[in-house]
Amino acid sequence: MIELKEISKKFGNTQAVKQVSFNVASGETLVLLGTSGCGKTTTLKIINRLIEPDAGQILINGENVTDQDSDVLRKGIGYVMQNIGLFPHYTIAENIALVPKLLKWDKAKIISRTQELIEKLRLPESTLAMYPHELSGGQQQRVGLARALIADPPVLLMDEPFGALDNLTRTSIQKEFKALEELRRKTIVMVTHDVLEAFELADRICLLDKGEVVQIGTPKELLFQPINDIAKNFLAGQRLVLEFKVVNIQDIWCYLPEEIIYKGKSENAGLSIWEAMELLRKKDRDELFVSDASNTVKSVNFGQLTTAFNQYRNAQQHE
Amino acid sequence: MSGQSDKLFSQTLQHVGLTFISLTLAIAVGLPLGILIARKRKLSGMVLGVAGILQTIPSIALLGFMIPVLGIGAKPAIVALLIYALLPIIRNTYTGIIGIDLHVKEAARAMGMSKRQVLLKVELPLAMPVILAGIRTATVINVGVATLASFIAAGGLGEFIFGGISLNNTNMILGGAIPAALLAIVLDALLSLVQKMDVRKLRKVLYIFPVVILALGAFYALPSAYGSTLTAGFTPEFMGRQDGDLGLKSTYGLKIHTIVISDAVMYKAAYAKELDVISGYSTDGRLKAFDLRILKDDKNIFPPYFAAPIVRNEALKQFPELEKTLNLLSGKITDSVMTDLNYRTDYLHQQPEQVAKDFLISRGLYKTSKNGNRGTVRIGSKIFGEQYILAEIYSMLIKGYTDYNVSTKTGLGGTKICFDALVNNQIDFYPEYTGTGLLVLLQPDPLIAKEMAHDKEKTYRYVSAEFEKRFKIKWLKPIGFNNSYALMMRRKQSTALNVNTITDLKNYLDKN
Repeated sequence: MIELKEISKKFGNTQAVKQVSFNVASGETLVLLGTSGCGKTTTLKIINRLIEPDAGQILINGENVTDQDSDVLRKGIGYVMQNIGLFPHYTIAENIALVPKLLKWDKAKIISRTQELIEKLRLPESTLAMYPHELSGGQQQRVGLARALIADPPVLLMDEPFGALDNLTRTSIQKEFKALEELRRKTIVMVTHDVLEAFELADRICLLDKGEVVQIGTPKELLFQPINDIAKNFLAGQRLVLEFKVVNIQDIWCYLPEEIIYKGKSENAGLSIWEAMELLRKKDRDELFVSDASNTVKSVNFGQLTTAFNQYRNAQQHE
Repeated sequence: MSGQSDKLFSQTLQHVGLTFISLTLAIAVGLPLGILIARKRKLSGMVLGVAGILQTIPSIALLGFMIPVLGIGAKPAIVALLIYALLPIIRNTYTGIIGIDLHVKEAARAMGMSKRQVLLKVELPLAMPVILAGIRTATVINVGVATLASFIAAGGLGEFIFGGISLNNTNMILGGAIPAALLAIVLDALLSLVQKMDVRKLRKVLYIFPVVILALGAFYALPSAYGSTLTAGFTPEFMGRQDGDLGLKSTYGLKIHTIVISDAVMYKAAYAKELDVISGYSTDGRLKAFDLRILKDDKNIFPPYFAAPIVRNEALKQFPELEKTLNLLSGKITDSVMTDLNYRTDYLHQQPEQVAKDFLISRGLYKTSKNGNRGTVRIGSKIFGEQYILAEIYSMLIKGYTDYNVSTKTGLGGTKICFDALVNNQIDFYPEYTGTGLLVLLQPDPLIAKEMAHDKEKTYRYVSAEFEKRFKIKWLKPIGFNNSYALMMRRKQSTALNVNTITDLKNYLDKN
């Protein structure tokens, strides 16, 4: 869907992006992860030509974007940014309807699509007549998302979309974001410096450092098969949490106790270790019943879970 | 005053028109320039610098510079006002645009707005309050500076203000100044309303705004030549004096297209063929400098008057040697000497100090300064060359012959300013003319004035007695030269049209 080929960009003497290449498959979410100044935002802005690269090619659906009119290109790509960038002199309704108006949609279509989106994004209808400064940060970010989604672009670029929100709001919006079916169909490239957010939302992560790609892979690959010390060290601080979140019951299935016969309600083996632990803690019980794809059921308690996880982890590292 | 109300109304309209035409042009130039330098920041220093320098040029000087290029009247006035309005508009447009949240601009680009759409839908609306503040500043500046437009015959409320100052007519000054001040206040208030409007209303108002500005600008019908083939330029003072325009009309029946202009630029405008007939002083050096010719006053409406220092009685008491010293000059300067001294400053551009010193040396009157310290005598002068020279001569005489120190306050705007300064003990003396004393300062019953006006000795005696009685001010002995008003034309034109007297001029105008 999106293909970057050896993209380079210099600002003055600083090499911001150096021969970055990656592919994003249709419907996939790729997260560009790295510290500030690693070139992730520049890379993102090169995709919709807010920044023109010095060298390299960007293909969307096999078409070279530099062959297209940049304004037309951008109308077809959703864009969400950290500072949201709502127009302070436009109402919320006008802000959301920005792109359709540029595309000259008729009024009825704009109104019905706006209604549909604010329902999905759980924005109260009364906000439509308000101005951005009258909304909370979380609401503003939903409006920013609505503005990006309204013309139903197949591609969505997101620059630290949750960066300006407080922790609580961020967690809840991230969850909604994940659950939004409207977003599941989209090809998304998202920039973040927040490792947990990257692992939460990404199908694949592209780790960048000093303008260069360090490693591209699934969260699991990044965790257990880091390509070098940079990749390893980047995740070191939150390693344990990340592992709990990335590894699921299915992964450690063979290290769990023998199967049992149980006909009651059970959890899916797609559950992450983290989620399993939360269930065990929350429900205040000693064991959890999990079933895999073939409907075999196993019972695990906290101790068994951690033991199995450790065994799995050791096995990964020795591979 | 009541008879002047029509004139007041038309001058107010002219004033509004002048303000808004120049404002419209300033917006037309300033707004795009502001946008340009917001795009190309490298240019901003240069553009703002140049606009800033233009802003600091004194308005009178700027108007003076304009005459050789644009002549007199509306054009130079509008251009000068445009220049003053430019800086606030450019600067505020620039500041307004660069002050917009960068993320909003980025969002606009990222949503696929073209550069033009970003400018029209995002940058200009968001910068509008700041831009309007600039326009507001420019409007108020323009209302103020437009009063000076009357110096170069562009009309407006300045005609009343400066006419009033020359003619010692406070009502006339207020008649110009109050409407001008009200105009500034009202326009400022209206624009502040626009500025504070919320975004939605503002959008509507912004469509109306240019229409209003243009309509107001249209009040100013550009003064075009009408009726007569020749154009006269008279000073505000001349316009109001019996031995001036009033006498020309009543005694000669002269009908000529007349514009009001300041003394400072009048001669130059005549030389530059912007004007054909001007009202000058018979001893003015520029007469010689610009090759102008005095038209013979064949019906004697411009009587000759003495020039003499007028001194506060208190000052004479305080400085006992002052009278004797000032009288040293009595009878020493004849008409031709005065014209020559004026010529040296006005045309040869010698310093008044130098001219004064040379004169005193040639008459054997010069003594080096005693650097005395028994009090300071304050000398005033009006704002034209002859008065500067006289002030310098008196200054040297006092320093050389007495133990007093001297401070000069030269360039006091006009008769009224100079005389008020004297009455209010801001200066001790200045050179005045008996005719001005009679017609401008005393303003006696017209019959008395008429009877007296043609006898310079009688006039001198009358003003001496009246000034003593009313103001406690003494007229010292006349300096010698006679100064009177005169109508002048370029020598070439006068010869070509065969106009030698004012009656010739009237006949010529009636025929053409």
